[in-house]
Amino acid sequence: MTSVADMTVSPRDVERYEEKDFGFWLYLMSDAVIFACLFATYLVMVGNAAGGPTPKDVFELDRAAAETALLLLSSATFGIAAVALSAGERGKVLLWLAVTFLLGAGFIYLEIDEFAGMIAEGAGPQRSGFLSAFFTLVGTHGLHVTVGLCWILVMMGQVYFKGITAPVASRLMRLGLFWHFLDIIWVLIFSVVYLPGLL
Amino acid sequence: MEVKSGIPIERTLKPYLIGLALAVVLTAIPFGLVATGALPRQATLIIIAVFAVAQIIVHLTFFLHIDFKTTPRENLVALAFALVLIFIMVGGSLWIMFDLYHRMMV
Amino acid sequence: MDIFGRLTLESLPFYSAVAASGAAVTVLGGLAVAGAITYFGAWRMVMTQWLSSVDHKKIGIIYIMLALVMLVRGFVDAAMMRSQQAMAYNNEGYLPPDHFDQIFSSHGTIMIFFMAMPFLSGLANLIVPQQIGSRDVAFPFMNSVSLWLTTAGAGLMLISLVVGKFSTAGWTAYPPYSGVQYTPGVGVDYWLWMVFISGFATTMSGINFLVTIFKCRAPGMTMFRLPLFTWTIFIASVLIIFAFPALTVACAMLILDRNFGFHFFTNELGGNMMNYINLFWLWGHPEVYILILPAFGVFSEVVSTFSQKRLFGYISLVCATIAIGFLSFTVWLHHFFTMGSSAKVNSFFGTMTAIISVPTGVKVFDWLLTMYRGRIIFKPPMLFTIGFLVTFVIGGLSGVLLALPPVDYMMHNTTFLVAHFHNMIIPGVLFGYLAGYMYWFPKAFGFKLNEKWGTRSFWCWIIGFYVAFMPLYVLGMLGFPRRMEHYEIAAWQPHLIVAWVGAVIILLGMICLAVQLIVSIRERNEALDLSGDPWNGRSLEWATSSPAAPYNFAVLPKVEARDAWWDIKRRGVAYERPLEYEDIVMPKSTYAGVVIGVAGGVFGFAAIWWMWWLALLALAVIAGTIIYRASDDDDEFVMTASEVKAIEDARFEKLAKAPKNEMADDPGYAGEPAAEPAT
Repeated sequence: MTSVADMTVSPRDVERYEEKDFGFWLYLMSDAVIFACLFATYLVMVGNAAGGPTPKDVFELDRAAAETALLLLSSATFGIAAVALSAGERGKVLLWLAVTFLLGAGFIYLEIDEFAGMIAEGAGPQRSGFLSAFFTLVGTHGLHVTVGLCWILVMMGQVYFKGITAPVASRLMRLGLFWHFLDIIWVLIFSVVYLPGLL
Repeated sequence: MEVKSGIPIERTLKPYLIGLALAVVLTAIPFGLVATGALPRQATLIIIAVFAVAQIIVHLTFFLHIDFKTTPRENLVALAFALVLIFIMVGGSLWIMFDLYHRMMV
Repeated sequence: MDIFGRLTLESLPFYSAVAASGAAVTVLGGLAVAGAITYFGAWRMVMTQWLSSVDHKKIGIIYIMLALVMLVRGFVDAAMMRSQQAMAYNNEGYLPPDHFDQIFSSHGTIMIFFMAMPFLSGLANLIVPQQIGSRDVAFPFMNSVSLWLTTAGAGLMLISLVVGKFSTAGWTAYPPYSGVQYTPGVGVDYWLWMVFISGFATTMSGINFLVTIFKCRAPGMTMFRLPLFTWTIFIASVLIIFAFPALTVACAMLILDRNFGFHFFTNELGGNMMNYINLFWLWGHPEVYILILPAFGVFSEVVSTFSQKRLFGYISLVCATIAIGFLSFTVWLHHFFTMGSSAKVNSFFGTMTAIISVPTGVKVFDWLLTMYRGRIIFKPPMLFTIGFLVTFVIGGLSGVLLALPPVDYMMHNTTFLVAHFHNMIIPGVLFGYLAGYMYWFPKAFGFKLNEKWGTRSFWCWIIGFYVAFMPLYVLGMLGFPRRMEHYEIAAWQPHLIVAWVGAVIILLGMICLAVQLIVSIRERNEALDLSGDPWNGRSLEWATSSPAAPYNFAVLPKVEARDAWWDIKRRGVAYERPLEYEDIVMPKSTYAGVVIGVAGGVFGFAAIWWMWWLALLALAVIAGTIIYRASDDDDEFVMTASEVKAIEDARFEKLAKAPKNEMADDPGYAGEPAAEPAT
């Protein structure tokens, strides 16, 4: 099987991929501003518990640690898929994408479980300004991860049916950017939301 | 061989493993500090903040492969500009809202 | 759970005569368009050549058509308000309060989101790729998605006139008033979802144009050779990418508050409504410059073309544009000085606001000095430019006044403010876009707009503007609050009647615009633009034929200087026929953009009315279309060299017939005065 480096791509296609990469990068920057606004709102509202549960009452350190571990590992497994991609090993790419998907899905499971538990205890987003901000910030990240999971599935389909072609490889690299970007947002979430909340 | 092309360049396992190891360390310490309460609150918060920034740099370097040699300059400029604007927006918002908060509370 | 959510028969507008007639006009307008298309047997043409098109020029034309329609709608709102206020001294006037509130809310919303923004996207689409010597934008398909999502937002705006009531919360929708506690019903939800959807579209446009300008320039077209219009679109795109997220977040939170009981901006349970205002203006102030910078770009192009001189102080204009773009992120609090911040916060933002007027002043001097010693030709676009220069400076001065927090405390929420921002936006944005419309119309359609009617329109607009808005300054100082439905103070009425006369004069200006278009289409054969360069232009869009070929340039131009086309003409290498043509790769037309647009509109409508099953279905359609598109690696086709040759041969035939350019009065005149003026 040819490795990606040997793939012949016309100069025009190379330009095309570069345009797409730059465009996608700009999207990520724009998305970063969305998260920045959500973080700012969270910091403004974290004190507004309105007599309801405070961060200490609803956050669980173990769960945050488990979620962090899953997401961090999934970034690494995506990296392994990228290495397999540049070696042109289709089976390995599929395998490690699947592992990444499972880790991401585990993360989403833990998060949904956390949200459901909080809502059942009466600590849903309707309870207070603090909880509205918490659910929206963390939920928006979760929504992004979910979109990322769908994207992983689509890319697994493309790798399976189309093989490792230049457009597929180019898309996979952008998916990688997206996935690692979400990990960075998560680092900020546990550093701004969970850890200070539990301190 | 890293040529300037839109298609993926050679990736090796090493940066991902280094990145993972560093990230684990940078995550475990703040979590551990919060779990044990070993340090005073103020010091813990500072360590959390410093480690978060360090971990973001680790992710950018080892996972997103941002560096000053191979990353296109426009991407770096966009990133730097985004950081400046996020600083203005978040910093400005917090300044405005907490200023207001104190005036309302007095 | 009802399948129609909260949509009932009572949502139809039979509860009042005004609402019913508004709805009737909207429905009949839609039917008239459909009828006209049927009458001309043009459905196939509309479907295959316009709806599915990914050609940036066609997309630009659709955007501008949308903008002009919405301009009419927004103007009708304005005229209704002026009439109401002119008569409502000591009586109720003809509009009930609830209706009046809907009208000022929709006026602002339409003019900003569905007039100015589409006009901006339209001009950018039409011109930027040609100005940088490119065959297309970077992402033609995404361009089509942006267009149709914007149209979906505008469609929701029009639907709100027929089904349900529109928001009464003004174009900014400040909570807690816009919260569900004080404004139940669908009005604010209409506003939220249309802004949310079109905001997405705008963000995609911003990314598209930034990448296009950065990556798709012709060989030799360095950043500091870019025409000023392209520069301003570049900076506006940067502002869009970084400012629109704040609007998205603010809207999303208000949606969550209103529909799902969250407490971001409510009075109780720890909500903080001031944070909405903060987030909204975090977007809102850059938005002012997103609108106005491209108009500055148009003025720069027009002033140098019609002064027959290169632009004075190109570098300073570019630097001023960049400076304005950056500073626009540091002044947002001046929209809410009276929120109650401490003096240090207010004075910081007041100072930044005063500073931002400096680069704007630099630009004014650059334009004046471009005209100095030029051979000015007073065509309509140039008239709009000169009208802008004079009027805008007045608006700028009132802005510097308002930048002082103590003055703002006196003037806020009065018509002084209304006069100020109309004094910025009408000359600064609308005149710019109208100038661009008249300047680039031949490029889009191959014939020029009638100049007589253009001139008449200009005089009506400028005189009408002064008559309509100068009284509002006075009224503001007399303490007349904005958005008043009726009042009891006799001293206010004369000014409001004068303002109403102004609105009538502006109406004449609108009519002149319509007549201009009709007359021009009818007499198009007398004003054909055979050369593609009707104004003896300076930038590369005038190198293509009018209208431009699908690929713009058969051979990509080689740029060696600023004012690239002028330079090519001066070197005598313009209109050179290449020995042979090459194949050109073009994007395929696709309906995927329209499908996403329609599904986006359906999603918005369903979410407004709580038809959640339909909202999910629409989202599924969008997701399916995106996945389908993203898996299609065969989205381009090759236009063969012989097809290109056929188009180009026809073009050269037309060129041979073109009369000598009426504006090239002196072929030896290279555009620079003999000596620089002594200082």
